[in-house]
Amino acid sequence: MQKIGVFVCHCGTNIAATVDVETVAKTLGKEPGVVFTTDYPYMCSQTGQQMIQDKIQELGLTGVVICSCSPRMHEQTFRKACHKAGLNDYMVEIANIREQCSWIHKDKQEATEKAVILGRAAIAKVQLNAPLTAGTSPVTKRALVIGGGIAGIQTALDIAEAGFEVDIVEKQPTIGGKMTQIDKTFPTLDCAACILTPKMVDCAQNEKIHIYAYSEVEQVGGFVGNFHVKIRRKARFVNEDVCTGCGACTEKCPQKKVPNAFNLGLDTRRAIYIPFAQAVPKVATIDPDYCNMLKNGKCGVCAKVCTAGAIDYKQKDTTIEREYGAIVAATGFNPIDLSQFDEFAYSKSPDVVSSLEFERLMNAAGPTGGTLLRPSDGTHPKTIVFVQCVGSRCEDAQKGKSYCSKICCMYTAKHAMLCREKYPDTDVYVFYIDVRTPGKNFDEFYRRAVEEYGVHYIKGMVGKVVPENGKLKVQASDLLDNRQLHIDADMVVLAAAIEPDKSARSVATMLTASMDTNDFFTEAHPKLRPVESPTAGVFLSGTCQGPKDIPETVAQASAAAAKVIGLLCKDSLTCNPCVAEPNELMCNGCSNCEKVCPYGAITYIDKEFRGPNRTTLIRRVAQVNPAVCQGCGACTVACMSGAMDLKGFSNKQIMAEVDAICR
Amino acid sequence: MKFQYFPGCTLKTKGVRLDACARTAALALGFTLEELPEWQCCGAVYPMARDEIATRLSSVRALMAAREVGEPLVTLCSACHHVIKRVNGDMKHDADIRAKVNNYLKLDPPYAGETEVLHYLEVLRDKIGWENVKAAVKNPLTGVKIGAYYGCLLLRPSREMCFDDPENPSILEDFIRAIGAEPVYYGLRNECCGGYTTIENRQYAHKQAQRIADNAKTAGAECLITACPLCLYNLTQNTDGGLPVRYFTELLAQALGVEEA
Repeated sequence: MQKIGVFVCHCGTNIAATVDVETVAKTLGKEPGVVFTTDYPYMCSQTGQQMIQDKIQELGLTGVVICSCSPRMHEQTFRKACHKAGLNDYMVEIANIREQCSWIHKDKQEATEKAVILGRAAIAKVQLNAPLTAGTSPVTKRALVIGGGIAGIQTALDIAEAGFEVDIVEKQPTIGGKMTQIDKTFPTLDCAACILTPKMVDCAQNEKIHIYAYSEVEQVGGFVGNFHVKIRRKARFVNEDVCTGCGACTEKCPQKKVPNAFNLGLDTRRAIYIPFAQAVPKVATIDPDYCNMLKNGKCGVCAKVCTAGAIDYKQKDTTIEREYGAIVAATGFNPIDLSQFDEFAYSKSPDVVSSLEFERLMNAAGPTGGTLLRPSDGTHPKTIVFVQCVGSRCEDAQKGKSYCSKICCMYTAKHAMLCREKYPDTDVYVFYIDVRTPGKNFDEFYRRAVEEYGVHYIKGMVGKVVPENGKLKVQASDLLDNRQLHIDADMVVLAAAIEPDKSARSVATMLTASMDTNDFFTEAHPKLRPVESPTAGVFLSGTCQGPKDIPETVAQASAAAAKVIGLLCKDSLTCNPCVAEPNELMCNGCSNCEKVCPYGAITYIDKEFRGPNRTTLIRRVAQVNPAVCQGCGACTVACMSGAMDLKGFSNKQIMAEVDAICR
Repeated sequence: MKFQYFPGCTLKTKGVRLDACARTAALALGFTLEELPEWQCCGAVYPMARDEIATRLSSVRALMAAREVGEPLVTLCSACHHVIKRVNGDMKHDADIRAKVNNYLKLDPPYAGETEVLHYLEVLRDKIGWENVKAAVKNPLTGVKIGAYYGCLLLRPSREMCFDDPENPSILEDFIRAIGAEPVYYGLRNECCGGYTTIENRQYAHKQAQRIADNAKTAGAECLITACPLCLYNLTQNTDGGLPVRYFTELLAQALGVEEA
């Protein structure tokens, strides 16, 4: 029989306001095996922990039940405390009477009854707990960064700086990400390329960093310290090791009508292309959707002009496999598709552009060489209307996003300011719901746009943009003046909401990392563990976790790198001892568990057993690799004969909990 | 296929063509509109502006009558549709209005918004299907450039009307394609025509209607179609009259070859 101590936490008023903690402690004292109960305002405080330790030693407790917050919050804290007092970590059970009780109930009597029931279940479980010992597993000292934008670049550079090998996997032909398309950066107005491209070059030249551009992660197996990853290297039809990036092929290719994705389709490029001058790796890529040679075998011009002999029309996708100790998701963002917002005539008029398109129209390397011209007729726009929050803070979840995209207020102020600076004869209007500029030197920047550059900021939204006779008739409301506005604009710029890159979901699935309803990666704790995913060994960098500007992205990228370095510094990691274990005598060899195991931890072997009358029997039985098993429990449910059990969560323990709840 | 039908006052007077063409077109498409035996005026939008139940009762009676037969209730006039659909929504979702109406009318069994309210266009889209409309067309209006005029009552408030995307609707354009004509997109297709201000501020109504007509004409429309008698009145009587405006059912009947009706 166990000697169990029950400790009920008030959590200040978080629990105590809704649950009568004294009654809970008193009632649970009557449970079999319970030798001590108490309640205390903050069980997680040093005094609270000390109290638990004292009682373990004083009364010789063999099991501890803490009625407190979610085990995700403090299970580790309490396990450590009990460990110090000589109790095995796995003899501690948490009854979650905060998130699953006090926070969701109003009626004190009901909540108290439920808290007692939850406590009773935990006591019933701890009765059957057995001490477990964790093993260790080695750490592969190499990191994988998925996504080669500024977030991935910074993370990789920092990890490499600490002396570890890093691989960057980027699906585009070059690293650099969205920042390569941006013209100037706020609030300093320095050129984005001037600060980014040196970092891209650093990546290429760092011996510890290996760039797999034009590649995608295809499969992830394993676990923290020992991830096994398959990377698909898409065929460029150009031999990367031979190509010198001279660009001769991109000038001679006869297929000139390919929409240039780098300039967001505002101009065209050839079928063989280098996305932009500072691309890393600076290697040509053939676009198979447009190349005449690949489509119908007629052309071959690029192969003729290539002095290096790098063109290879027969190139195939290849797959490489690597082991990693840690993985960083840095999959980034995209502006949303504006077709849902056609009241602003985005698809009807070429002069209605997204903010990212506007960046290209202002950029010296853009389709207009940095002169701001209307895409429709190449004239200078005299009146420009900026519309903020297009799809951000949107009530209609089918159309837009409920969240604030965070960066639009600042880049719109930047666009408006740059317009007025370059072309003082333009009238610039900005329509906003609120101007949100928290950040170092941000509000000063916005005020400069209004006060020094004379940008017309109008609180209110644009209702409609109607293209008519070459003009864009803008209908809007001025909420401070309470009047309707009609502006004849030459150009309208839409600050589109940003959303996680479409690839993020499949990456998250492969990594078994959780996401929120908007497909942003979820952090392990929103305040205290912002760069870690709840999945061990998976870290988050940049906008894949939530909207961020460049300074914040870089800060988070370095933070993620610090976490990776902390992990890779270790030679071995403690394993989770709560793994599945088959009872070979009961196993009937059906393979159900093997089929459901998402981690490939179960194999079958033929094993000799002693049969009746000194005979031997060969039987097929399941085997679990404890280093690979993640303790998800899928096999225990699939096992028809009840042979599979999860240590720490055995069928008997679960049933005891259920019985205690239903009692 | 048979539906209960609420024509509304205007369709018996100024909007006779809207009604008549709808009925013949329905027969050609294989469904019947059975007129409710004793319908009363819906109150033309004004009921929705008041916080009282008396003005909503005529709609509830129509909805009750359709429930008795167990068939959806079809309307045609934008205003009638607007009022009846929203009153039905109130009966479904607003416990206060539901209780008051049921107490007042002593309804047994109580009415709680069970009737499905459909606009004629929704019947075409959701019950018949554009493909089938297309297949039934005998005289396609090939090459005719038509601007769809939605007005405001069909689309908004979108959460209650559930008719189409209020900013970027497509149902009338799909209709135009189904009868073989070419839809012309123009920005002001879902702006209010100003019809409700005709009596107190005719100048404003004129300005607004002319703006819409000009916008459609510039975009290349040869005529406009609408489902709303008030919009039709305003777009023809309060403009220079340069752009013909037709009821969508007139063109439907024409395309189906049953125009004479």
